[in-house]
Amino acid sequence: MNPVNETLAMNAVPTPLAFPPANEPAAPEPSARKAHVTIRGLTKRFGDQSLYENFDLDLPRGRVVTFFGPNGCGKSTLINMICGLIPMDAGEVLFDGKTREETTIGYVFQNYRDALFPWKKAADNIQYPLRLRGVPKADARRRVEELVAEFEVKFDLNRYPWELSGGQQQLVSIMRALAPRPEVVFLDEPFSALDYEATLSIRERLQATFMRSGVTTVIVSHDLEEAVYLADEVFLLTKRPTRVAEVVDVGLARPRGVQTLSQPDFVRTRAHCLEVFQREVRR
Amino acid sequence: MKRFEATLARLVVLVGPLLIIGLWWVAAAAKWVSPKLLPDPWSTLQTLWTSVMEGAIWADFRGTAVRTLYAFAIAAVAGIPAGIVLGANRTIYRSVEFAIDFFRSTPATAMFPLFLLVFGIGEFSQVAVAAFAAWLVILFNVAYGVMNARQTRILAARVMGATTGQVFRHVMFFESLPQTFVGLRVGVSMALVVIIVAEMFIGSSNGMGRRIIDAQQVFDLAQMYASILVTGVLGYGLNVFFLALERHFVRWSGK
Ligand SMILES: Nc1ncnc2c1ncn2[C@@H]1O[C@H](COP(=O)(O)OP(=O)(O)OP(=O)(O)O)[C@@H](O)[C@H]1O
Ligand SMILES: [Mg+2]
Repeated sequence: MNPVNETLAMNAVPTPLAFPPANEPAAPEPSARKAHVTIRGLTKRFGDQSLYENFDLDLPRGRVVTFFGPNGCGKSTLINMICGLIPMDAGEVLFDGKTREETTIGYVFQNYRDALFPWKKAADNIQYPLRLRGVPKADARRRVEELVAEFEVKFDLNRYPWELSGGQQQLVSIMRALAPRPEVVFLDEPFSALDYEATLSIRERLQATFMRSGVTTVIVSHDLEEAVYLADEVFLLTKRPTRVAEVVDVGLARPRGVQTLSQPDFVRTRAHCLEVFQREVRR
Repeated sequence: MKRFEATLARLVVLVGPLLIIGLWWVAAAAKWVSPKLLPDPWSTLQTLWTSVMEGAIWADFRGTAVRTLYAFAIAAVAGIPAGIVLGANRTIYRSVEFAIDFFRSTPATAMFPLFLLVFGIGEFSQVAVAAFAAWLVILFNVAYGVMNARQTRILAARVMGATTGQVFRHVMFFESLPQTFVGLRVGVSMALVVIIVAEMFIGSSNGMGRRIIDAQQVFDLAQMYASILVTGVLGYGLNVFFLALERHFVRWSGK
C-alpha cells in the first residue's frame, strides 16, 4: 500500500480529503473518512502579513491527525482559531455542522505548568470542566476514577499540580481535557516540554485511549518522527501564507510501538514527509 | 551532635541584633557619642521595661495600631475592587495610569496640608492621608496582578466553556491573589509610616509618633529610643503577620 497521497502535492488550495489516494480506488473505511471538522474560507492576518488566505480544511472523524510544518507557519494559531480562542478575520468552522459553542472540545496546552490551576488539587483540576457543566460532585468524582483506571494513574491525584512531575502534570492536563468526553481533542505540542521517558509513557496511554474511544484527535508536533508515529494522517503545512502541502495517510496498524519505528512502511512514510517538508521550506 | 548544629544554625539569626547591641554598648561606654545623645542599651531597655510594665506606653501603642489598621482597612476595602476593575479593563487602566503613577510618586506626606483643609485638624485627617497612600499601593498591585494573570490559564478556562464571569471568579481572582497580598503587605507598612509622621506633626493626643517626638522635646533619649524600638516591633509584627497570611492563602504562588 502506498501511504502517500501524491495527487495533492501541487494543489494550490488542496481540499485533501475529497481526493482518495491515487492508487486506492476505494476509500478505506468510508465512515472514518467523513469530515468531522470543516473549515471554510479561513483568513487570518497579523498586521500586513497574511497567515491564512481563504484556507479550507477538513478534519476526518475518529482519526488522529497531526499537523507538521515550519516554525511560525501558524499551527498554534490554526488550532486556536478552530477552538475559538483567537478570532478569525474571516471564515467558518463547523463541528459536524454545529458551531463551536454547541460543541464540547478538549484542549491540551504545551505548557502544562501554565495551563493547570495551581490553587486546585490535581483531581479538582480534572473535575473542573465537569463542574462547569453542572455535573454533580459525585458523578464528577466517578468520572475521575474512570480516567484513573483508563490511564493507569499511579500517583496521588489529591496533590497539587506543582507537587507533581512534568509528565504527571501533562497527564493531568490530558485527563482534564478528556473528562467531559469531548467530540474533538486538540493537543498543541503536548510532549515538547517533557523528557523522553515521560513522552513515551504518555504517548502509549494516549494511543490506548484513542483506540478505545476513537475520539477525533488533532496533534501539533514539531518532531516529524512523532508526527508520523502518532498519526492516521499527517497534514504537512507550508510556509506563510499557509496551505496544506499534502495529506499523508499513515496506514500503520495500531497499537504501534517501538518496533513500528523501524518498519519499512514507517521509514518510507517519514522519508516522504521529510521530502515534502524540505521542498516546501525551500520554496 | 546533629541537634546541636541545627540549634546553632537557628541561633545565627541572632548575630545581627547582638552585634548592633554590642556596638551600641561599646559606643555608649567608650563615650564615642555624647551620653546625652546615646544612652547605653541597658538604661534604654530598662526604660522600655518600665513603660511597658506601668502601661504608660500602651495607650500610644494602641492609638497608632488602631489608626494604622483603620487606614489600612479603608484602603483595602476601596482598593481591591477598584484594582480589579482597573486590571480587567485596559482602557480604564490606560486612562488613569498617569494619574496613579503621579500620585504614587508624590510623597503622601506632601498631601498633609490638603487633607487638613478637607478633613480638619484631627485624627481623621491622619487616617485619611494614610488610607490614601495605602490605597494607591493596593490599587496598583491588585490591578497589576489581574493584568498579569497567566493568559494560558484564562484560555484553558475559556476552552472548557467558562463564561466571562466564571473566568473572572475561577481564574483571574486567584491569579491576582499573590500580587494582591504583596499590595496589602506594602500598604499596611505605608499606612504605619504615614500615621507615625502624622502623629508627630499634625496634632494628636497620643500615638507612638507623638510619644517619640515628646520624648525628644524633653530630651528623654532613653524614652525616645525605647519608643522607636516599640514602633519597630509594631511594624515588624504587621509584616510578619501579613507574610504568614500570604503563605497560608497563596501557597501556590509562583508555581
Ligand atoms: N498575536 C500575534 N501578533 C502578531 N503576530 C503573531 C501573533 N500570534 C502569532 N503571530 C505570528 O503568526 C505566526 C504563526 O504563529 P504560531 O504560533 O501559530 O506558529 P506555530 O506554527 O505554532 O509556530 P511554532 O512552531 O513556533 O509553535 C508567527 O510568525 C507569529 O509571529
Ligand atoms: Mg506553536
